[in-house]
Amino acid sequence: MLRIGKIPIAAFSLFIIAFPWIAHNIPPIENYIDLMIFAGIYCLMTIGLSLLMGYAGQISIGHAAFYGIGAYTSAILTVHYGLNPWLCMFFGMIMSAIIAVLVGAPSLKLRGHYLAMATLAFGIIVYIIFNEEASWTGGPDGMTGIPGLNLFGFAFDSVEKYYYLVWIFVFAAFIFTANLIQSSTGRALRAIHVSEPAAGAMGVDISAHKLLVFVYSAVLASLAGSLYAHYLNFINPATFDLFFSIKLLIMIALGGMYNIWGAIIGAGLITFLSYEWLHYFEEFEVIVYGAILLLVTIFLPNGLVGAPEIVKSWFRK
Amino acid sequence: MDKITLAGQIFQYLITGITVGSIYAMVAVGFNIIYNVTEIINFAQGEFVMLGGLVMVFFYSVLKLPLIMAFPATVILVTLVGMLLDRLAIRPIRHPSVLTLIIATIAASILIKGAAMLIWGKDPYDLPAFSGRNPITVFGAVIQPQYFWVIGFLIIIVIALSFFFDRTIIGKAMIACADNPDAASLVGINVQQMILLSFALSAAIGSVAGITLTPIALMEYDRGAMLAVKGFGAAILGGLGSFPGAIVGGLIMGTIESFGAGLISSGYKDAFALIVLLIVLFFKPSGIFGSLEISRIKRF
Repeated sequence: MLRIGKIPIAAFSLFIIAFPWIAHNIPPIENYIDLMIFAGIYCLMTIGLSLLMGYAGQISIGHAAFYGIGAYTSAILTVHYGLNPWLCMFFGMIMSAIIAVLVGAPSLKLRGHYLAMATLAFGIIVYIIFNEEASWTGGPDGMTGIPGLNLFGFAFDSVEKYYYLVWIFVFAAFIFTANLIQSSTGRALRAIHVSEPAAGAMGVDISAHKLLVFVYSAVLASLAGSLYAHYLNFINPATFDLFFSIKLLIMIALGGMYNIWGAIIGAGLITFLSYEWLHYFEEFEVIVYGAILLLVTIFLPNGLVGAPEIVKSWFRK
Repeated sequence: MDKITLAGQIFQYLITGITVGSIYAMVAVGFNIIYNVTEIINFAQGEFVMLGGLVMVFFYSVLKLPLIMAFPATVILVTLVGMLLDRLAIRPIRHPSVLTLIIATIAASILIKGAAMLIWGKDPYDLPAFSGRNPITVFGAVIQPQYFWVIGFLIIIVIALSFFFDRTIIGKAMIACADNPDAASLVGINVQQMILLSFALSAAIGSVAGITLTPIALMEYDRGAMLAVKGFGAAILGGLGSFPGAIVGGLIMGTIESFGAGLISSGYKDAFALIVLLIVLFFKPSGIFGSLEISRIKRF
């Protein structure tokens, strides 16, 4: 759970690097490269959130808001003010961090469900703002004309190029998070996860560590939002609604919240479910999501990553 | 038509606010009943209200049952849904923690919402008002007769609940579970049954809120989440777990929303209650009637 093995990382990197080439040679899955971009964007969010849920034991039902703040900061600053997209991405992350401190600091001092409700309320408020402040955000119709990304004259203008860009960010976040878990901060988080009173007695500042994780996850969500905006060149508020926050929750619960791989597996599976495999359910896919979330909570409390353990324990009996 | 005076307008906002606030108060009471017995925050609380409205539409407008029969039939059906929620979503969890319980109630809420969309579709439904739609004009404010039904039912619920918790042995057993589940089971109280009962009660109250609200504000499948957050806001404002707090919190919440939408901005109507919720969480999380001491004793 704690050490991230070198072999799985190497295998996963190879898969990610080779995927566009594989997909190109199998026509039915050619559009999967596009889907993998979304999977990558979602991974950025679930990596941070799984740290928040798995280690800090807190739930956020408002991360769509940070995703949206990133996307809208990028969109507004580039479209209305013509700023450099990379700079906007950075501003979005700072903005999200500040807001995360404001929302998180009071609620993380309390216990249990307070952060869940505070983030839920916060997420809905932000969603209403996206809809109402039409002179800035374009209202329910959204914003178009968000520029793409380029670096020193190299434009990320094709699906493949953007794919690699997104996954480089995912790998950076993955490695950084894995190192964070191994650091003294990570040890403090693990102590909090095992027993809050014990960690507190050892001098770990519990609410400060929880806040750190919450802010980190918000910053990652904001980065994901910016990447989304610059990829699609178009955003509207519907992307950042309450149900998307719940979808993030489903990704993490499905993959397994106590393991960073769980975040990746969950994000990948739900991306493919929602864009590809659940098409014929149309809007009734919400029932499928509800059923997945409930069944996983009851039967697979550690998510798919924990499934091998459960199978093993059957054989031991 | 009389000239609308400022005083009349303010009175109008107040009456509307108290009516909507009564609904939030009912949702808040529902939160409190489950929270007191189980320490769970039931994120599916708003779905009971939504179901109350839509099931009533089915019994009253589709099956053409008389009001006096459709009302109890709806309450019973939604109560059963509440009991199923406990049996199918909450109890099967083997190692309950705040995290898993929150996730389970969220899962249940989107399942219920999805099922409602499957059954009733996405259109909003109307119900005939219980005693017609001829408004009464008082001090320049237009009052729908239905407003009195909403406020009246809140009063009935308050009286019935205080009788239940103060005078009946089952009610006292539930309070015992709320104070200390281990001690309660030692003296022979079946805690599991009390939990089931708390879900049943809170679903029943939610359904009454939905039935009385629908003639005023229509009802559709996706209203649950917003009602739940606002009801939770009311519960927090009054002090989580406190019944007088839930009533006062609900009425304040409704009034703030009504004045905010009327005087400041109607587009931000839904945001006012949520901003109040955040402000309370940040500055006085124990609420008006709650005490932080008690909230520290609670497991979650």
